[in-house]
Amino acid sequence: MPELQPIVLASADDHDLTKLEQFRAVGGYAQLERARQLEPQAIIDELNASSLRGRGGAFFAMGRKASFIPKDSDKPVYLCVNADESEPGTFKDRELMQKNPHLLIEGMIIAAWAAGINRSFIYIRGEYQHQADILEAALAEARGEGYIGERILGSEHTLDMVVHRGAGAYICGEETALLDSLEGKRGNPRLKPPFPALQGLYKGPTLINNVETLCNAPAIIENGADWFAAMGEGNSTGTKVVSVSGNVQRPGNYEIELGIPAREIIYGLAGGPPEGHKIKCWFPGGSSAPVLLEEHLDLPYTFEAMAEAGSMLGSGAIIVVDDSQPLVPLALRLAEFYRHESCGKCVPCREGTNWTVKSLERIDNGDATPMDLEIMAQVQQNIIGNCLCVLGDSMAMPVGSMIEHFRDEFEQHIEQARAARDREEIAVRAGAELASVAEAGPA
Amino acid sequence: MSEFAEAVRKIAAQYPDTRSAIMPAIRLAQEQHAGWLPPDAFEQVGDALGLTPAYCEAVASFYDMYHLQPVGRQLVEVCTNICCGLEGAQGVLEAFEQELGVRAGETTEDGAITLRAVECLGGCGWPTIVAVDNRYRQNVRAEDVTGIIGELRGAEPHA
Ligand SMILES: Cc1cc2nc3c(=O)[nH]c(=O)nc-3n(C[C@H](O)[C@H](O)[C@H](O)COP(=O)(O)O)c2cc1C
Ligand code: SF4
Ligand code: FES
Repeated sequence: MPELQPIVLASADDHDLTKLEQFRAVGGYAQLERARQLEPQAIIDELNASSLRGRGGAFFAMGRKASFIPKDSDKPVYLCVNADESEPGTFKDRELMQKNPHLLIEGMIIAAWAAGINRSFIYIRGEYQHQADILEAALAEARGEGYIGERILGSEHTLDMVVHRGAGAYICGEETALLDSLEGKRGNPRLKPPFPALQGLYKGPTLINNVETLCNAPAIIENGADWFAAMGEGNSTGTKVVSVSGNVQRPGNYEIELGIPAREIIYGLAGGPPEGHKIKCWFPGGSSAPVLLEEHLDLPYTFEAMAEAGSMLGSGAIIVVDDSQPLVPLALRLAEFYRHESCGKCVPCREGTNWTVKSLERIDNGDATPMDLEIMAQVQQNIIGNCLCVLGDSMAMPVGSMIEHFRDEFEQHIEQARAARDREEIAVRAGAELASVAEAGPA
Repeated sequence: MSEFAEAVRKIAAQYPDTRSAIMPAIRLAQEQHAGWLPPDAFEQVGDALGLTPAYCEAVASFYDMYHLQPVGRQLVEVCTNICCGLEGAQGVLEAFEQELGVRAGETTEDGAITLRAVECLGGCGWPTIVAVDNRYRQNVRAEDVTGIIGELRGAEPHA
């Protein structure tokens, strides 16, 4: 494998890029001059030609989204950065903002330029207080140097940036829920269409992009779309920061070229499961992705290949589960998460997540029969595709995939838990009998 | 204008509509009310933004980081989601429960520490993540818990 030139984490380990001076020393903010010479449409064309796709989970082409923003809107146009990062297993945006906040700012300025935007917000999850502080400090520095604010670098362009802190709600990462939350409401998803690009924040056209997506923009302006598109495979161009966690020896974030085999990431970079263990299953794209097996490890890590295998690349978070882990508690913990985070607007999601938690609890307590697996699989089917947003699907898909791939284990768990419960009951009953004998006293 | 209303007004000026300032305003009110939101906190936020206290409370109740009940002087949050869970988070939580003598969701009798089990904190590469007043501690193991609590107790103003 040739040595990869990292893009979004370049120089982040040997420089303190949170300091504007050091960021500039490695070429930071240099692309603003270049971008200024370009017409907005030329920037969009470049982004389009690069095939850069959104890194927040849906992989939508960034240039296309920017081109949907109307040029002649009579309402203000906004840029919202999605830094809500709450998908279990995902911790890349946290590291990007912590180590490379100015790169995000530079990317935002370029995107705003391309789409004719003057006001922007970074919606960062509330728990990331440290990263929000780093961003605030970076914004202050950038403002001081004239990179943001009025008449950027003496141009006609004005761009305002505000860090908006969330307060603990996974659903606010869904783009329309994010907008409602930013408007000062409860974070409920909206019905789409209208899509945010046409009607977003306070009904103004709104470009919403993930942190990592925007961090790629400066390098594309610097090196050109062809350079970017030469990396990766097929429609999955460029690099991706992959968060690897779970049962691996070297968990962490790795910036990889899209298209390398998943095995290379899990074993080569992250060291594989602990000595003496094998991989039971792995989530290729956060906890919402259906699990894949050992046999899928040699697939190229691309959007297309993961979809073809029945899963998704999602947020690019790989969670590895080794053969020492029982799956019922894992599925239960997962279902509890989605039940907790469901906003409650749609019945299949609200009731389905609750039902699934209850069923898995019954399985674990020894109160279930194999019929319950049947019913649970059906509940998952009834959720998928029947809700306003995909949060419900995000539980149904991984839980469904675990039952599908590991049915034997679920059945065994049902039986063993029943047997254990029966033994306990007998013991309790025997104890009660003994007690009553003792109470009655010697005859 | 009260100091609070003045601060909220400044924050609100950053947004297209003042209603957007409700989250920062609630956070500020919570900071000024010992970490939670009693009814008069919502009066304050509502007054400052021209919203009803009931609306403010309805918004606050949607988010996990706003506390509608009193909390301890320090907040200890243990991630128990799957990535930390695969690497022993349950044991870390149980160690905190044992050591503090409370269950997750409860506050110690002296009002010093509230313990919570929380969802993924976005630090899954360094399990288990324990956040103390939103500052993350990484790679926490069950055997580290006694030391952490000693440290927190030691940092208490009147300990
Ligand atoms: C339940 C749910 C949670 C999401 N959470 C996030 C998130 O935390 N961060 C993110 O960037 N996108 C998240 N998304 C995807 C966003 O809706 C949206 O597609 C994305 O921010 C667009 O940016 P991108 O095109 O640059 O990826 C989530 C989607 C759903 C349905
Ligand atoms: S699918 Fe779930 S989270 Fe999404 S809008 Fe419906 S109830 Fe809310
Ligand atoms: S699962 Fe614990 S930080 Fe993500």
